[in-house]
Amino acid sequence: MSAREQFEDHGLLRFLTCGSVDDGKSTLIGRLLFDTKTILADTLSAIAKTSEKRGMGAVDLSLLTDGLQAEREQGITIDVAYRYFSTGTRKYIIADAPGHEQYTRNMVTAASTANLAIILIDARKGILTQTRRHSKLASLVGIPHLLVAVNKMDLVDYSQATYEKIKADYLEFAGKLGIEDVRFIPLSALNGDMIVDRGDKLNWYDGPTLLDILEETPAAHTEHTEKFRFPVQYVCRPQDSANPDLHDYRGFMGRVEAGTLKVGDAVTVLPSGLTSTVKAIQIGGVDIPEAITEQSVTILLADEIDTSRGDMIVKSSEVPAAVKQIEATVCWLAETPMDRNRTYLIRHTTRDSKAKLAAIDHRLDVNTLEKVAAEKLAMNDIAQVTFKLAQPLFADPYLENRGTGAFIIIDESNNNTVGAGMIL
Amino acid sequence: MTQRSTLSHLDWLEAEAIHIMREVAGQCANPVLLFSGGKDSICMLRIAEKAFRPGKFPFPLMHIDTGHNYREVVAFRDKRAAELGERLIVRSVEDSMKRGTVVLKHEGESRNKHQSVTLLEAIEEFGFDACIGGARRDEEKARAKERIFSFRDEFGQWDPKNQRPELWSLYNARSHKGENIRAFPISNWTEMDVWQYIEREKLELPSIYFAHKRPVVLRQGSIVPVNVPLMNGELTNLPKAGEEIIDLQVRFRTVGDISCTAPVESDADNVEKIVFETATTTITERGATRLDDQTSEASMEQRKKEGYF
Repeated sequence: MSAREQFEDHGLLRFLTCGSVDDGKSTLIGRLLFDTKTILADTLSAIAKTSEKRGMGAVDLSLLTDGLQAEREQGITIDVAYRYFSTGTRKYIIADAPGHEQYTRNMVTAASTANLAIILIDARKGILTQTRRHSKLASLVGIPHLLVAVNKMDLVDYSQATYEKIKADYLEFAGKLGIEDVRFIPLSALNGDMIVDRGDKLNWYDGPTLLDILEETPAAHTEHTEKFRFPVQYVCRPQDSANPDLHDYRGFMGRVEAGTLKVGDAVTVLPSGLTSTVKAIQIGGVDIPEAITEQSVTILLADEIDTSRGDMIVKSSEVPAAVKQIEATVCWLAETPMDRNRTYLIRHTTRDSKAKLAAIDHRLDVNTLEKVAAEKLAMNDIAQVTFKLAQPLFADPYLENRGTGAFIIIDESNNNTVGAGMIL
Repeated sequence: MTQRSTLSHLDWLEAEAIHIMREVAGQCANPVLLFSGGKDSICMLRIAEKAFRPGKFPFPLMHIDTGHNYREVVAFRDKRAAELGERLIVRSVEDSMKRGTVVLKHEGESRNKHQSVTLLEAIEEFGFDACIGGARRDEEKARAKERIFSFRDEFGQWDPKNQRPELWSLYNARSHKGENIRAFPISNWTEMDVWQYIEREKLELPSIYFAHKRPVVLRQGSIVPVNVPLMNGELTNLPKAGEEIIDLQVRFRTVGDISCTAPVESDADNVEKIVFETATTTITERGATRLDDQTSEASMEQRKKEGYF
């Protein structure tokens, strides 16, 4: 047995970091990568050279997250970047969302695949408007775990009173937002205190380090639902004349969005509503006894049921609603505002439907968190809307199941993805 | 329940990659999978098997051959495609040179970046609407920001400032005629994940990935292989006058055009030893071995804007 195999594999956790440049977000990510020994010598020497070129004394770890040429020229981050590190027991994907004016769109994108959000607060400044905005967006996008990191503790003499005050302030408004799982940690990303190592300045804090918290956060996307949902992506009919055994093979291929399925389970295929039982579950033509959440498998049914891409296989005891009108929270992503008179395409699981806006119930002002009346939707706007659909969708509320509660809006004239929606 | 309720990290990455390949097959009319014989594309073939067997792949395989590829890798490419019983298309940069669409600045210029021209010509020839590639976000900082489904215009250009938003696992592969989607199923894999997957799946690799003796010279801090035989027996990468040839124990971490891939010193002669070496290495994959990426800080981004993978 090699050394690696002694560790249990705790899967993969996706998280995002929210904050602006001033909060030390890039420094925090740089510090995580550096202290987990993810940064290799040549990268480090490249950023050391750049730090020197820019006249900085010490190596600036925030340069690690500098991306595109255009961004380097302007000194800002334009787009969501993904970073990777591993602790040997768990792999991490960090979605790093930039903090300038396109923030909402980028944060919603980064948050859509994350299971934890780190909200960075500058200890000198306390809770700001943007803290409220980040927290609200994280809760809207259904991130189950929030970690409030009070950074730059080195600049407030590692004061416990400052930390406790920020924590109390945050809890007060978090209660109003309905955020449940919130944890707090004091940090100095610059000096590396309480990130991977505890350091010796924050001895009054007896909680886990940032990395310890990441290591124990549940990785599963869907902690709330057990309802089996399997959107069909592709149908496999080999029709190989050399192999008559495959003549009747009809495999429904897809990824389990939620729940588990065993051979012998009673299932219903939507939209036809026809029922059958599971004859086999396979990966690459090899039988497995059970399929679990997020696994990509092929399902074979006992009866011949005409099924194609866009259909959904569910357990007969847990059939979702087929809806032709949806209420949803929508984030508009395109520069061209939404045109109320136009028909858009909604893509939900593997299913597409034409959609028309029926009503804008209200828009959310992400700074004041107030609901305001709205006639149109422009880029970065978040609103509660109602769509009428040409085809029924088999949907669950987003907060119950991201996979069957989320959709994107496509403008068919240029094929761009122009909006993101979460079904209420 | 005997089975664990969440996937291990390799199982998760594999499941995501299978899902992405099936989305390409489900959304695109005429996709192709780029297969070079290198380790990342070897993983991609295993993922395609898991995604589509017992059926055939819903796409052919294609290699853009610079004519300066390692013989071992080209032989492996052909062998693997034959074993799988899948169609392999090879299009060659040398044919583009004959057509006059690729013009080298000088005879010795690396042909690596010119693959873009041949790739775009092949896309047009076959009418491919999507190319599936084995690029990873951890390889390079321009790639860290590229979408899993990356839209390219008629000229194959990537516009980093105007990418389609990509949320959840809802991918948008729609394109108009002449436009193209590049899909990267192993975007979220690191070099370590690739090696762990190769070890777990017991995947066969071209021999040059394992430690072997090879004549090299040391040039500007890099190990440069010399007198490398091509398919026709001709030697390429000849040493410059005055360079001392040494026989070194090396392996390749990346494999591509001979002119721009350099090996690293190593005695790792099996996958387990390579996994260990990867875990303890101190130099990045491309930093150590891709001579073409060192030209400038933004060279990959520049190539991608010009249609490169």
